[in-house]
Formats: sequence, C-alpha cells, structure tokens
Amino acid sequence: MDLIADHISHRFGALAVLDDVSFTVRAGEVVAIVGPSGCGKSTLLSILGGLLQPSGGRAEWRGAPPPGSLNPLTFVFQDFALLPWCTVEENVEFPLLHTGLDLAERRAVIDDALRRTSLSDFRGSYPKQLSGGMRQRVGIARALAVRPAILLMDEPLSALDSQTRELLMEDFVRLLGGGAMGAVYVTHNLEEAVRLADRIVVLSRRPGKVREVVAIPLTRGERGDINARGKLLALQNELWALIREEAIDAEREVQHA
Amino acid sequence: MPSARCSMLDRAENQTGSPPADRDTAPGLVKFRGGGFTPKAGGASGWIALALVIGFWQLAGSAGWVNPLFLPAPSAIAVAIYKLAVSGALWHHLSVSIMRIGAGWILGTIAGIIVGFAIGLSSLARGVGITFISALFPIPKIALLPLLILWLGIGEQPKIATIALGVFFSTAISVYSGVDAVPRNLIRMAQSFNVPFHAIVRRVIWPGALPSILSGFRITASVALLLVVSAEMIGAEFGIGAFVLQAGNLMQTDQLLAGVVILSLFGLAVGRLINLLETRLLHWR
Repeated sequence: MDLIADHISHRFGALAVLDDVSFTVRAGEVVAIVGPSGCGKSTLLSILGGLLQPSGGRAEWRGAPPPGSLNPLTFVFQDFALLPWCTVEENVEFPLLHTGLDLAERRAVIDDALRRTSLSDFRGSYPKQLSGGMRQRVGIARALAVRPAILLMDEPLSALDSQTRELLMEDFVRLLGGGAMGAVYVTHNLEEAVRLADRIVVLSRRPGKVREVVAIPLTRGERGDINARGKLLALQNELWALIREEAIDAEREVQHA
Repeated sequence: MPSARCSMLDRAENQTGSPPADRDTAPGLVKFRGGGFTPKAGGASGWIALALVIGFWQLAGSAGWVNPLFLPAPSAIAVAIYKLAVSGALWHHLSVSIMRIGAGWILGTIAGIIVGFAIGLSSLARGVGITFISALFPIPKIALLPLLILWLGIGEQPKIATIALGVFFSTAISVYSGVDAVPRNLIRMAQSFNVPFHAIVRRVIWPGALPSILSGFRITASVALLLVVSAEMIGAEFGIGAFVLQAGNLMQTDQLLAGVVILSLFGLAVGRLINLLETRLLHWR
C-alpha cells in the first residue's frame, strides 16, 4: 500500500503552513520528514493520517493494505497519548474493541504486541507507573496491535532521554527491518532520520515546501556496521547544511514573534 | 593540590578583592533553605484541637460563664440529640430532609450531566447553554422558591425543584469544564484508530471528565444541604430545617444546636462518601 501526499497545502487562518507538498511513501518504505522548526512537519503528518483536512491538495492511499490490517494508517504520538485510567493491556486493547475481534482473538493480538515490545511483564501496570520509554513502548504496542501498513510517527523519541531514545531506536530498526510495514517519521533529529529512513524529505521553512528528497544509499542492516558510520555522518552533515540557514531564520522568527 | 575549579574561584575572589559582606556569604556549611510550603493534614492535632474547644465550651457552660439559653453546653446538646433519637423525631425529620435532598440532587445531577455533556460536545448546545447558564447561575435559587410554590403548589415538589435547580447549574458547569479538560490528544488518538463517537465519549471523555464531575458532586452536596435547610425554613412542617427554625422560635437552643450538629454530621458523611467514590473511581491518578 502506497501513501501519497498530492499537492498538499495548508493554512491556519492567514498563516500559510504548507505549500504544495507532494511525495509518495511506497509499501514498506520508511520516509523521514525533516525541516526547520515550524515548517509544518507535524501538520503534514496529521493531514496524511486524516486528522486534519488540508486547505489544498489531498492525501490518498493506493493499493490494498496488508491482509488483516485493522487500521492501515496508525499514529505513534510524541506524548504517547495513553489513557491514564487504563492498564497497559487495556491501552493496547483500546483500538481493538470496535474492530469485531472476539475476546480470544483480542487476547492473542495483545499478547503478541506486548511480547514484541517486551511489555508482557507490565500488562497490569498503569501509565503513571511506567518510565517515559516504557510508555512509548505501550504506544508502539498499541500501534502494532492493529497491524498497520504505515506507521505515522510524530517525533516519537523527542520526549525521552538519550539512552531510552537509543534503545527505542533499536526497536524501530528491528520492527521496520522486515519491510512489511512502512513509516512516515517526523523528526528534528537528523541522526534518527539517517539511521531509520530509506528516504528523507527535507522541507523548507514555513510555508513548508519539499526542498529536497535525499535517498539513503545503505540498507538499515548495513547502517549498524561501524564502517558505515562515516557515510551516515556525511549524510547527516549534508542534511544539516541544507537546513542550517533556514533553521537559524526560523529561530529568529520565533524570537521576534 | 587545589582543583582547577577551586583555583579559578579563588582567583575570581582575589580579583574582586572585596571581602564577604556578612555571615550569609561567608564560607561554611550550606544553610538549608528548602523547608516549608508543604502542609500536611492528618495526625491527631485536629482531634486534639476539637476536643480542647469542646472541653472549654463545656467548662464555660458548667461554670455558668455563659447563659445556657444563648449557648447550651455540649452535654446539653448531646442529651437533646439522645432524646430526639429515642422519641423518633430525629429520624422523622432526618428522613424527610434526606428524601428531599436525594430527589433534588438526583434530578439536578442527571439534568446537569446531560446538559454539561451536550455543552462540552456540541457547538450549538455550547452557544445556547453557556449563555443561559451564565445568566441564571448567579441567581440565588432559594429566591425562586415562592415562584416554584406558585407553579407547583405547596408540597414536596417546590422544595425538590429548588434543590434540583441549585444542583443542576453547578453540575452542568463542572461537567462541561471536565469535558473541556480532557486532553485533546487522547481524543485525536481515539479518532486515529477509527473509534466511534459513542465509544470516545464512553471510554475517553467520561473517565477523563470524572475528576471534575466528582469535584462538582462535592460542591452540589453542600448546595443541596444549604437549599434543603433554607426551603424547609420557609415552608415545611417536617425536616431538619423546619425543626431548627421551630426550636429557635421556642428558644430551645439545645434542640436548635442539636439540629445544627446533625446537619454537620450529615455533611461529613456525604463528604466521606464522595471521598470513597473518588478513591474507587480515580485510583489511576
């Protein structure tokens, strides 16, 4: 299943946020979206996931979602968006309650999602009892439970400390490694982008336009190799060179606002 | 050998050349300054203070320092409560008041929850509802009792309606405030999983608004108690309010204060019940 951003533009009142953004996320592909602060990355993701109506253009999918997918386009949120009154198990079950699965099927799906995210021992815990990293794992388990075709991840690691980020990044690499599931990964962090993405869409400062699409010439498996570090760093520097001037301008704009 | 950090600090002090101005800036133990601003309830202090006040009050009564007609001693009030209980009058008055409070509170709460949710979820209901609530909420509801008597006749209905009105506005406000306070990211999350509207209301908005709704219950319980006493004082033969008024008219201050103590105990019991509800329903906080 492909996800297509087709000439998407968006305004919040008089403020133009996105301007004619087009690209395609192919089945099983991970596309990162980077750009200066306020360039409309999260807005674009909301539009792609159907949570925001664009002012112009459209988001559409082509091709059939994988068999058994209960929610082809599934978000992983920056702030986890867990129901604080539900246990880990209940949070993972929440999106399954209205899908027609019976109790035994739901149990099987939940068990599988918790096992894949190493949360089986925490199924009865409440979110307040978990660390930030564990909470995001619950968010990921909830997303995996509906067997998505494409994960829409809005800075999923930005609220976490660096060690937890590293651990979860390893999880993402593992989960997205098979190619069965694609992702759109919005991030400020260029290191995360080059580590995870197959292609990186660089947006300009507001109103965000596609400035460049950078392909990563290494498989995710190869990127773990020590010899690939230099290449990845060079790519990261190349991306930073693209963004730097606009990031400074965007920062100044925020200060003067 | 001094560390680099120490040397730099020493050098900085030498450069300024100014000695410490007072004791607070002199080298030495770091003075603790992080105490206070964390008051804790509990312990025996509250009960001891209450016992001391009652003891002093009893002493003042027994020693004849105050006229028992104006302020009867606690023992006299206890005797009055005992006599009321034995005669059956206590239960008679209390049951009538509880019936009025219960009926009024339930009616007002149901209506308040429905209207509060409508205001919290619908733009049309919000536009209309907030205007009406803003206009009518400040009216002291007891002022409407004579009008309600005209409309509904003399009997239980106007008293129950007065309580229901008082409870309704506070409940509606606490419910729509609670709905507004539910984090929007949770609603967007549910929508992103195609969870239907009714399930979002039941599984996201209702539990998210519950803390505010239960806080509202605490307020409406007090409002109901206040209104039942006021309504019974205006036009009732039975009920704790009517009993207190009659005792006052007959200068039976021990009975009057017995009624006040019963009201206080009733309020405490309701508060305890709401605490229990909160502990049970909001254990996840």
